[in-house]
Amino acid sequence: MLNLIIAGVGGQGTVLLSRLVGQAALDKGFDIRGSETIGMAQRGGSVVSHVRVGADIHSPLIPPKGAGLIIAFEPGEAVRALPFLSADGAMVVFDRPVHAASGAPDGGAYDAAAMLAYLRAQVGRLTVVEGARALAACGGAKAINVALLGVAAAGGLLPFDLADAERALRARIPARLLDMNLRALAYGASLADGTPADAYTDTDAPRGDRP
Amino acid sequence: MERRLLMGNEAIALGAVRAGVTCVTGYPGTPSTEILETVARLRDERIYTEWSVNEKSALEVAAGAACAGARAMVTMKQVGLNVASDPLMSLNYVGVRGALVVVVADDPGPISSQTEQDTRHFGLFAKLAVFDPSTPEEAYLMAADAFACSEAQGRPVLLRPTTRVCHSYASVTLLDELPRRVPEGFSKDGGRWVIFPRLSYQNHLKIESELHTLRDTFSDYPRNILTGRGRLGIAAGGVSYTYVREALADAEADCKLLKVSTVPFPEALGLSFLEGLDEVLVAEELDPVIEDALVRLCGRHGLRVTVRGKGTGDMPNAGENTVAGVRLAVRRFLHLPTPGDDDQKRGIQHTEEINFSVSKGDGQMCGIQHTKEINFSVSKGDGTPEEIGAAPTPPARPPVLCAGCPHRGAFFAVKEAVGRRKAVYSGDIGCYTLGNAPPLDMVDTCLCMGAGLTMAQGLDRVEPDVLHFAFLGDSTFFHSGLPGLVNAVYNGADVILCILDNGTTAMTGHQPHPGIGRTATGAAAAKVDIHTLVSALGVAALARVDALDLAAAKQAVTEMLDIRGVRVLLFEGPCVAICRGGVPCAVDDDACTGCGRCVRQLGCPALARAPESRKARIDPVLCAGCRLCAALCPVSAIKGGGRPC
Repeated sequence: MLNLIIAGVGGQGTVLLSRLVGQAALDKGFDIRGSETIGMAQRGGSVVSHVRVGADIHSPLIPPKGAGLIIAFEPGEAVRALPFLSADGAMVVFDRPVHAASGAPDGGAYDAAAMLAYLRAQVGRLTVVEGARALAACGGAKAINVALLGVAAAGGLLPFDLADAERALRARIPARLLDMNLRALAYGASLADGTPADAYTDTDAPRGDRP
Repeated sequence: MERRLLMGNEAIALGAVRAGVTCVTGYPGTPSTEILETVARLRDERIYTEWSVNEKSALEVAAGAACAGARAMVTMKQVGLNVASDPLMSLNYVGVRGALVVVVADDPGPISSQTEQDTRHFGLFAKLAVFDPSTPEEAYLMAADAFACSEAQGRPVLLRPTTRVCHSYASVTLLDELPRRVPEGFSKDGGRWVIFPRLSYQNHLKIESELHTLRDTFSDYPRNILTGRGRLGIAAGGVSYTYVREALADAEADCKLLKVSTVPFPEALGLSFLEGLDEVLVAEELDPVIEDALVRLCGRHGLRVTVRGKGTGDMPNAGENTVAGVRLAVRRFLHLPTPGDDDQKRGIQHTEEINFSVSKGDGQMCGIQHTKEINFSVSKGDGTPEEIGAAPTPPARPPVLCAGCPHRGAFFAVKEAVGRRKAVYSGDIGCYTLGNAPPLDMVDTCLCMGAGLTMAQGLDRVEPDVLHFAFLGDSTFFHSGLPGLVNAVYNGADVILCILDNGTTAMTGHQPHPGIGRTATGAAAAKVDIHTLVSALGVAALARVDALDLAAAKQAVTEMLDIRGVRVLLFEGPCVAICRGGVPCAVDDDACTGCGRCVRQLGCPALARAPESRKARIDPVLCAGCRLCAALCPVSAIKGGGRPC
């Protein structure tokens, strides 16, 4: 039914996003299974959540090329997660890079544009959420996870719709943060609506037809 | 019946509550921590919950409760059981009156641990029954099975989930609570609870006889499952069983399949499985426990069956299993074509073609990686493919101390004060183990909980002219650091102990400890003051300092350097993940000379250099305003900042 990989860096809110997807799917009556990265990697390491929706799913982990959708919180992690994507799979990626700490062996900084170019060449159904505008619309980085949920839910990439996502949000998000998150959800949905003045959406473009 | 989205650890907790647990103790450790946290959050008045000072204490508290007739549970990670092994080994001989379920979470990989030890072997060693769930749903049900088994046997029982059960989640159907019983209280029973050699011999005979019976009992246990037919058979346990099911469904293949969920091995069921088989493949993580049981069974019954697994090199003997790795092994075993042929054109290479199992380093990517060699082509619209280069390599992301972490301040102050003098820095278990990473490079040893201070004493006995530092977190200090400090004082060691007191057990997600004044359920508690305690041990060279006040901290370290004997520096500063709301610092571009000292020396994730000007850049989202970079900037170019606590 759905195999979703959520990829990001520790502290970006991947776990909450996977729980929101899980809750919304559960409320629709689906069976859910999945797995989180919890532990040392949460201190700035790569974190991956696997979310699997549907009956007769055994493993909490998605096999290589088994994901119909990848939601990536930054370009480097999107590329790292790409081997999970099925041949006709879709990807939603937030384009703002999170560089590794300065003590990292490779110096931390990396070429995010090269990552995005690679994704554009490799992924037929790619939605790139543009950083600065999204941050402004969502009131900062904290609710980017929910904006990405909005893109996927409104874009028909999930087994539930935007209203279901909103219900999950209302059930799981503390009241004082709800407004900000609802705004982020709506912003994400606007990107998927085909009015993407703020987004690079190329879902229907043939593969490889990009600079 | 309610269906809830539960993490495996939540499922174990709710399963224990359903089974009528009334006393839950534990010490935090990934991947076990959320079990006790879930129980504590319920605030169920029928259940006593505590974070104990260490796993040994936790097990003993739970053992006491169980000896008084309660259904008790204790939780820990696998290395925690090493600490608790002394009471566990003896407790089996003495037994319990109620029930005691010892939940020990193993960590194949390891993802967040020192060792890849297998608690099922601990069960065999201690002669205890072990329950080994494959999924959160099963863990929920198995918790009740474990309590029932313990109560029926009058002995402790191990429940052994692994990371992919603890930290996976599933929609779980919650069932009604089972009948509860009131603990009958402690009965002296003519010395039954006092372990003596003569009694231990008698009890050993009983234990062996009961284990023999359990082999049969477990053959009828509904979670040991035999299905399928054919001359090839697969045996699996834990999460690997789900990978095998997935591989078989994927291949639309059928074979004999044995799910093993218990130690001792269900022998009668195992014999039914082996009957008529030519070959067996065993899929399990960590040690070959099921595999060895099958090999023994074949030997004992003269069966000519080849058992493939870790011993034959068919399965990896280190690291966690993966969906892809198990799928490949299953397909090879069943003589099916192996997948992955069409990957070349996607520029993707699966390690399942090379090394089918190990996920390391960049973390839990299920044994897959990018090839760095295969180029990909992209059409420019004119139909001509153009080489645009290799797949880019994502950045390595080793875990790091957070921006604003007070540990960074302590490490840096010591480093600055020591300068070029020869020193060895013994570390310990916690977030501060990350102080080993460059550029700080301030952790030279790390062995196990509490070992830093004692190892420093041994290092000093061999190299007395070298400065020997030990870094010890507050929770680890209470866990097992304190005896090491008493040892240092008693034996006149020449060491400098730096206690990094951030007011929490940070790495595992901020559990309280004896120094905080709060219990597991959030109630007010007695507060053990570290400074008073160290002072009471007779340590005269004792100072406390704000870990993020660089000048004062450096001065305090400097003053300790040339004193002999035991010196203790108490670095205080709340964990930045608790003390939120700092005002970020900012770089004054006119003042910044781009020398890069702040970036190069601190390794703070909020600090970087601008690509062209090489001037310092501070990420205002990450910066917690600790001002450590401001304190070391030679031209005072870093302004603002500030901590709320």
